[in-house]
Amino acid sequence: MLELKDVTISYKNRPTVKNFHLHLRQGEICSVVGESGSGKTTVIRAVLGLLAGGGKVTEGDILFQGKSLLSNTRETWRKLRGTEISMIFQDSGAMTNQTRTIGKQFVEYICTHEDISKKDAWEKGIQMLARMRLPSGDNIMKSYPFQLSGGMRQRVGIAMAMTFQPKLLLADEPTSALDVTTQAQIVRQMMELRDEYKTSIIIVTHNLGVAAYMADQIVVMKDGEVVDAGDREQILHHSESTYTKGLLEAVPSLGGVRYV
Amino acid sequence: MFDEKDLILDAKHVTRRFLASNNRTLVACNDVNLRLYRGKTLGLVGESGCGKSTFMRFLVSLDTPTEGEILFHGKDITRMKGEVLRQNRQKIQMVFQDPSGSFNPKMKIRDIICEPLLNFGRIHKREKDAMARKYLELVDLPGEFADRYPHNMSGGQRQRIAIARAIVLEPEIIVMDEATCALDVSVQKTIIELIVKLQKEKQIAIGFIAHDLGLIQSFAHQIAVMYLGNIVEVIPAELLNTHAAHPYTKALMGAVFDIHMDFSKKIESIESEAPSPLDVPEGCPFQDRCGQCMDICRQVRPTLKELIPGHEVACHLFVKEGEKQ
Repeated sequence: MLELKDVTISYKNRPTVKNFHLHLRQGEICSVVGESGSGKTTVIRAVLGLLAGGGKVTEGDILFQGKSLLSNTRETWRKLRGTEISMIFQDSGAMTNQTRTIGKQFVEYICTHEDISKKDAWEKGIQMLARMRLPSGDNIMKSYPFQLSGGMRQRVGIAMAMTFQPKLLLADEPTSALDVTTQAQIVRQMMELRDEYKTSIIIVTHNLGVAAYMADQIVVMKDGEVVDAGDREQILHHSESTYTKGLLEAVPSLGGVRYV
Repeated sequence: MFDEKDLILDAKHVTRRFLASNNRTLVACNDVNLRLYRGKTLGLVGESGCGKSTFMRFLVSLDTPTEGEILFHGKDITRMKGEVLRQNRQKIQMVFQDPSGSFNPKMKIRDIICEPLLNFGRIHKREKDAMARKYLELVDLPGEFADRYPHNMSGGQRQRIAIARAIVLEPEIIVMDEATCALDVSVQKTIIELIVKLQKEKQIAIGFIAHDLGLIQSFAHQIAVMYLGNIVEVIPAELLNTHAAHPYTKALMGAVFDIHMDFSKKIESIESEAPSPLDVPEGCPFQDRCGQCMDICRQVRPTLKELIPGHEVACHLFVKEGEKQ
């Protein structure tokens, strides 16, 4: 469904991500892991055509449902983003406008993509919030982003992203800013989305535990290059890359290595 | 379980209330009793807003509790003032979560590391360079870094500088507030190794705040689990994996994503979020999220009971038969 063919992405003619290759089928989850600065975020931003600061795909091609995304005009992007492909950010609170209520922004978002009355859009918003297990949706719609906790904001972000049942969901460190308990809830809900809507997900994270739990495929990146890729079993147990092994060893686990 | 003569700091019945709007009070720490021993690490675990940072701030005298006392070598640090307090600060140092936020961006690393020493008149200005190099090497960084600015360094290197600055005064206690959670896993591992190495060399007591149980059990000696201002379980770290008793501790453990776990298993975690600390329910604070809630949990707040020496739990499930009312 989504295919990245030997993609090279450059900022100001300096290649940042080199020869990235990925083949994602419907309903599959792919985790991209790596240290900060390894180019994980650049990859998913390229998929959404949102490279910051003059970044460009200089080589290769990105195909979404057989069509190249690189030749998209602004108008095609506008139809695609938010409906076919949507994105969740590290902090959904920062993505929203702090001075407007969640409800206003949600309704605006729905009305942009669908010909629907504001009242119906409001109802739809509440329905989506309820799906993400946010009770008393009316209250949440009327609150401002800063009045919600981090976990609630993240759920609102996911609810918004899932409104039009996108075929592809891009998640950029969706749980890094959250508590472990909230992280577990969000991860579980994202898995349920996949089962329910057959949404394909690309999740970027530095938490190998989360990556391994969610993913059908894992891509390990270092300094803009893919150092290892494969399914979970292969990466966790049969990897030949020393870098991957080092990363796996560094993950603290219950009942694992003790230093004292 | 620890040697009583190694006791450095003893916090007794520490309570902190904050006034909130509409004449309500927020109890950030409720009757907390914890102890720090020489050369041992106490890990304090809990969700955000549970009061763990509030408690650790008392130790470094950045805040004072409403009630209770904190005895450092038998002297109450909550009542110290002026010069006595200033001198005492040398003994207890802190490392923050975000190292870039705790440095002055216009100071060179040399000045950052040596500032505490100069403040207390421990060294002369001309010794600065040698001192900075010595401590840079102690935290496994090249001595040339003394001429750099904080923004020239990576997150892991900055955290090493923060640790170097904390140990220059040779403190007896270092408080670390989520000191590694902004770092990548591989960097996190090296920082933990450094902390453990320094602790062994200098016999420092460490109070470490975290929300990742997997991380904390890898290097702490004792773990205290905090929920809405209350300590719900204190357990020796080596027993955590096998003997954790409180339902909340178990929930936290269930939420850890492990690369060795069974991936077909559904992740088990509590569904709801922690209630606001402004309206902590009567009885057990954990009652609304607990799967084993009983009638008594809604009425009486459980207190810490010792199961075996060093392992205490505040839960009605573990009251001995004879004590039930």
